[in-house]
Amino acid sequence: MTKEIIKLEHISRDFHVGDETVHALRDVSFTICEGEFVTIMGTSGSGKSTLLNTLGCLDTPTKGEYYLDGTSVRTMGKNARATLRNRKIGFVFQSYNLLPKTTAIENVELPLMYNPSYSASARKGKAVESLKAVGLGDRLNHKSNQMSGGQMQRVAIARALVNDPAVILADEATGNLDTRTSYDILVLFQRLHAEGRTIIFVTHNPEIAHYSSRNILLKDGRVVTDTMNENVQSAAEVLATLPVEND
Amino acid sequence: MNITNLLKIALKALSNNKMRGFLTMLGIIIGVASVITMLAIGQGSKKSIQSQISEMGSNMIMIQPGGDTRGGVRQSASAMETLKLTDYESIVNETRYLSAVSPTVNSSGQLIYGANNKPSTVYGVNQDYLEIRRYSVSDGNMFTEQEIASAAKVCIVGKTVVDELFTNGENPIGKVIRFNKIPFQIIGVLTSKGYNSMGMDQDDIILAPYTTIQKRVLAITHIQGINASAIKEEYTPQAIDEIGELLRRNHKLKETDDDDFTIRSMEELSSMMTSTMNILTILLASVAGISLLVGGIGIMNIMYVSVTERTREIGLRMSIGAKGMDILAQFLIESILISVTGGVIGVLFGVSMALLVNLGLNFPIYIQPWSVILSFAVCTVTGVFFGWYPAKKAAQLDPIEAIRFE
Repeated sequence: MTKEIIKLEHISRDFHVGDETVHALRDVSFTICEGEFVTIMGTSGSGKSTLLNTLGCLDTPTKGEYYLDGTSVRTMGKNARATLRNRKIGFVFQSYNLLPKTTAIENVELPLMYNPSYSASARKGKAVESLKAVGLGDRLNHKSNQMSGGQMQRVAIARALVNDPAVILADEATGNLDTRTSYDILVLFQRLHAEGRTIIFVTHNPEIAHYSSRNILLKDGRVVTDTMNENVQSAAEVLATLPVEND
Repeated sequence: MNITNLLKIALKALSNNKMRGFLTMLGIIIGVASVITMLAIGQGSKKSIQSQISEMGSNMIMIQPGGDTRGGVRQSASAMETLKLTDYESIVNETRYLSAVSPTVNSSGQLIYGANNKPSTVYGVNQDYLEIRRYSVSDGNMFTEQEIASAAKVCIVGKTVVDELFTNGENPIGKVIRFNKIPFQIIGVLTSKGYNSMGMDQDDIILAPYTTIQKRVLAITHIQGINASAIKEEYTPQAIDEIGELLRRNHKLKETDDDDFTIRSMEELSSMMTSTMNILTILLASVAGISLLVGGIGIMNIMYVSVTERTREIGLRMSIGAKGMDILAQFLIESILISVTGGVIGVLFGVSMALLVNLGLNFPIYIQPWSVILSFAVCTVTGVFFGWYPAKKAAQLDPIEAIRFE
């Protein structure tokens, strides 16, 4: 069996709002192995944001155990989790979250700035490598405000790749993009998946599920279905059928 | 995260907002520059007053009649006749701490030479007066013991008197000038001393034997004052005590009686002037200090806005691995960079302002090294102090909320 990257055991997360207790996650358990492309879906309020925060080590569960690449996260302190995120996780956000007025390279090398084992030149080399991997080799020194949405999201993906993470966590990564650019990004995710990367894509858009290898559906804080996708569609093929907009 | 990376990040953030950074810095620049300029002016005035007092003779002691109340009415010093020549003589003979003693009497009137005339005051003194007041004779001679004894109508004049009476540049030595119709022969000219700190022309002076003024001008037997010099400045208080006791004994004052004379020293005047200048300096510096404080609050304000504005950036940095400490350090370094850069520019600006005041307005300045170091230290501390709160706020943000902040 392949390596287990993520292992959730009976995860619960409660929030206290005033006198009430909100159960955002109730007894969630699943395992994600290396090389999987998993979509986590659910409507708003289903607990998918909480699950994403937990998976991203931004939040710790109230109950249950979470192992990221073999490390137990639940008892870790803030700083230890920050370091863990820095080494093991690549985030891709809906709204890109690039630093303004900053070049693609500078944005991409940001995670390595918080890793003292990288020298300035090693950082730059890695950043260029990542940018080439997402097809932005010709836009290394473009500033974030000189780029289109699709390009910015590619920079963000390059930033998520730069630390060779155990898992890439994408939060509605195509949510701010038009259909064509969305497929462009999905093609990129599929390529990264084909290269053996582990990807978790959190979304409320059911279409995305067609392009991933596994599908987890959340409802009211519980896993409703967890199915392997036998018939993975190619985003590249769909992209080819889309009309090119000339404007 | 190492310090080089932190500096890089802070510099980058500042260069993204150059105008804002500059304006924030301006508060610190103006604050530091004004502290330095004000202190330079304050200290400069103090120094110049001190040096001019010591030019006048810092160990000088002045004894004046007065301090006497008769029936509750305090009399004016010139109306007093309590000091006699015998007092002068016993001071000369019976004290140990004085190096020079001169009686003084003076009379104001009009000086006439040829077609020129000027109002002036003639001081009746003895030879010791030159030592006490730090005068010296540049041309001719001081009057002698014998000229004093004979109440000779001779005088020594200052440079201003020469300039105003001898307008066509003739040699004043040997010439006879008239003072209140009495002819005086000029036997010497004093070396020029210029103006003193109180703006008095020290060269506008005529010295004559005290006996001459007493007998031929004023027709009095008492003296109007005694000037003396302590052996050293440190001995001034002992000298004053000694003179006080001696005069009380001479004047047969009872234990309960008040002094019928007043003894003042230059040291007193000097310390009084110095403390006045200190108050002035403190006043100037605190006004300047307030502007530095306002500059500091400016930093805090801008850092606070900056933290709010960059909440998402902070959230992002945290989610990709920045610890609270990293965020704290980033914002703290940013505010320190603003304040230290502002401090350096402020020091340069303040020093040049002080030099400009000195050159342009001819105002005495003195830039104390500690004032430069102090204001620099203060503005660094300001940067840390006012940067701390916003930076702490940034470091305590929750990455989950920060990253989705709109």
